[in-house]
Amino acid sequence: MSSAGNSQPKSAPAIRVQQLRRHYRMGETMIRAVDGVDLEVSTGEFVALLGSSGSGKSSVLNLIAGLDRPTSGNVIVHDRNLAQLSREELSGYRLRTVGMVFQSFNLIASMTLAENVELPMRFAEIERGKRDSLARDALTRVGLEARMNHRPSELSGGEQQRAALARALINRPQLLLADEPTGNLDSHTGTEIMNILREFNQQLGMTVVMVTHERALAERYAQRLIFLADGRLVSDEVNAAFVTGTERERR
Amino acid sequence: MKLPDLAELAVRNLRESILRNSLTTIGISVGVASLVAMLSLGIGLQQLASRRLMKSGLFDTVVVTSRRDLRNFNRDQERSGPAPGESRTLDEATRQEIERMPGVLEAYPDIRFITELRYEDKPHLTMVAALPPSAQSTDAFDALQGRFFSSDTAPEIVIQKTFAEELLGKVPKSGLDETKVAELAAPLLGKELTMRYAQRETAPSVPSSAASDSPADDQGLAGAAYSVVSRELRLKIVGVADLDPESMRGPTRARVFLPLKLAESLHVMQPTDLREISRAPGDRPVYSSVNVRVKSPGQVQAVEDGIKKMGFNTFSILDASRSIQQFFKVLDVFLGIFGSLALAVAFIGIVNTLVMAILERRREIGIMKAIGASDGDVKRLFFAEAGAMGILGGVVGVALGWAIGQVINLGTNVYLKRQNFPPEHFWSVPWWLVAFAILFSFLVSLAAGLYPAGRAARLDPVQALRYE
Repeated sequence: MSSAGNSQPKSAPAIRVQQLRRHYRMGETMIRAVDGVDLEVSTGEFVALLGSSGSGKSSVLNLIAGLDRPTSGNVIVHDRNLAQLSREELSGYRLRTVGMVFQSFNLIASMTLAENVELPMRFAEIERGKRDSLARDALTRVGLEARMNHRPSELSGGEQQRAALARALINRPQLLLADEPTGNLDSHTGTEIMNILREFNQQLGMTVVMVTHERALAERYAQRLIFLADGRLVSDEVNAAFVTGTERERR
Repeated sequence: MKLPDLAELAVRNLRESILRNSLTTIGISVGVASLVAMLSLGIGLQQLASRRLMKSGLFDTVVVTSRRDLRNFNRDQERSGPAPGESRTLDEATRQEIERMPGVLEAYPDIRFITELRYEDKPHLTMVAALPPSAQSTDAFDALQGRFFSSDTAPEIVIQKTFAEELLGKVPKSGLDETKVAELAAPLLGKELTMRYAQRETAPSVPSSAASDSPADDQGLAGAAYSVVSRELRLKIVGVADLDPESMRGPTRARVFLPLKLAESLHVMQPTDLREISRAPGDRPVYSSVNVRVKSPGQVQAVEDGIKKMGFNTFSILDASRSIQQFFKVLDVFLGIFGSLALAVAFIGIVNTLVMAILERRREIGIMKAIGASDGDVKRLFFAEAGAMGILGGVVGVALGWAIGQVINLGTNVYLKRQNFPPEHFWSVPWWLVAFAILFSFLVSLAAGLYPAGRAARLDPVQALRYE
């Protein structure tokens, strides 16, 4: 908490990453994608992971998302050590605790928006009767209620990313992980998406970890900036521009 | 993921690459069709054979003879049990006792004799046999022209086609019989003929009506005696039958058939009468053999054992039927193996299709895992797709197999007709085969889905999502 000493008082850390390593072999060489990272993210915080490509920022995000397992070290999310979870438990964690958005939206092309948003509820075995209205609510929240029966290919990039956000939200996760969410969007649509991310963070109290290589974007939205290079943490600083930035927008 | 969701997603995925999945499903259908075709041919042939044999009455009939009938004394079964001289006589009381045994449908005396029938003043010598009313309902009389006896005592006869030819003075052609029964029946039905026969009467006897039994005066068997009286009876031809002499109920070469009760009342002299004269009262009939019809072939053994215990000889073709059934079981297995070969090819088709689907939907699987699908969800989804193809392929395949069977049946019957054989239904698709084929197709498809589903479930989501 000490490093993120900003105005909002924070409770226990939502994410604790300890001596995290992820090494893998590619042919003869050993790639150290993540090589001993320690960091903490508080509940309700909006954190940006920055770095050039190959810095290991996406790998850290995948490890926090439970999509990948560390070679060594711990990822503790709300007192659960992901390294110790079974495959089954890990998929439950991804289903209920984490919502993810990606640079390439990752909607299923053969499904309508409503069906895409509904899909996590199928995995969560939520009653059929409740799903329709929940999916509709989520799409309404991102302004896509008129497009719910369209397929992703019929929509613009911004609309697709909004649908992906609605899907990430649908099982009410505590954690929102975004991997270059605006990377495929123009700046105007990107801003739209970032505003929704901030809305989720501020109104729903979701902890947000965003990976990006755009420093300006991070400075505008994140409370804390964490820089990675070659799989190591380079700096972890409070975003000084954040408070002034938000105040400027409020005005 | 719950089953309805699973099914819905599976069907949706199958529709997404409709051409490839249709082709795979057609592959399954062809496999199932060939299996169904082979097995239904086997079953059909078996049914055809057993129908023929059932018609012959060999499988549900036990022929009971007295142990005093020494003709077959060397056979093993005669060596056990009471000595021939001490055994019981085969009379009416025994017949009734047999008829009361569990599993016995009816027991009727086998009355047959060779005698002369006069038709238009010409004598014809033939074997005459009595038929119980139940004979009417057997398949043997399917081709009967005219009708069966109006009652069990009516002075009516049914004649065999060959006898009809003889009566009409037609020379039976050698080889295939071309004459239609209907042509023979037309001039004969309703005509009367006279049967001359030897009636056995207890001596001393008052010549009275043949049917009446004289009062019991049988205390002194030593003095028992018969007189044999020649009699005549006018009989009306009511039916002309086209029986296969080989497949007649019971071993018979009779060409003229009488109602059973009528035949009994005639007291026609039988060979057994002489043999049993020292034991049986003269006015009680002693049967040379009794035919016992059993409710089902499965009960033949028990009934036979029971009758043997009573001290009679029995005969049935149970053992022959066993080896025939065994033969058909082996045939079914072979036909099933050949039929399954096509299904084995379809199996590989399913594996191929699903492995292709994994490559194609790699990213989709990655997405599903990223948003919380468990390994089990992914695995079950692929299983569901394989299973859906299996069920659909099974249903289509059964229909296809049935259609193939019908076509072959039709074609063969056209051929049989050209060769002047009666048409036969040697193709049978019983409901259990339909159920079995669809279930089998489903299980085979699930087995085919085993490897692809496992592979899809193990897919690393990070890898799957890495590339665009």
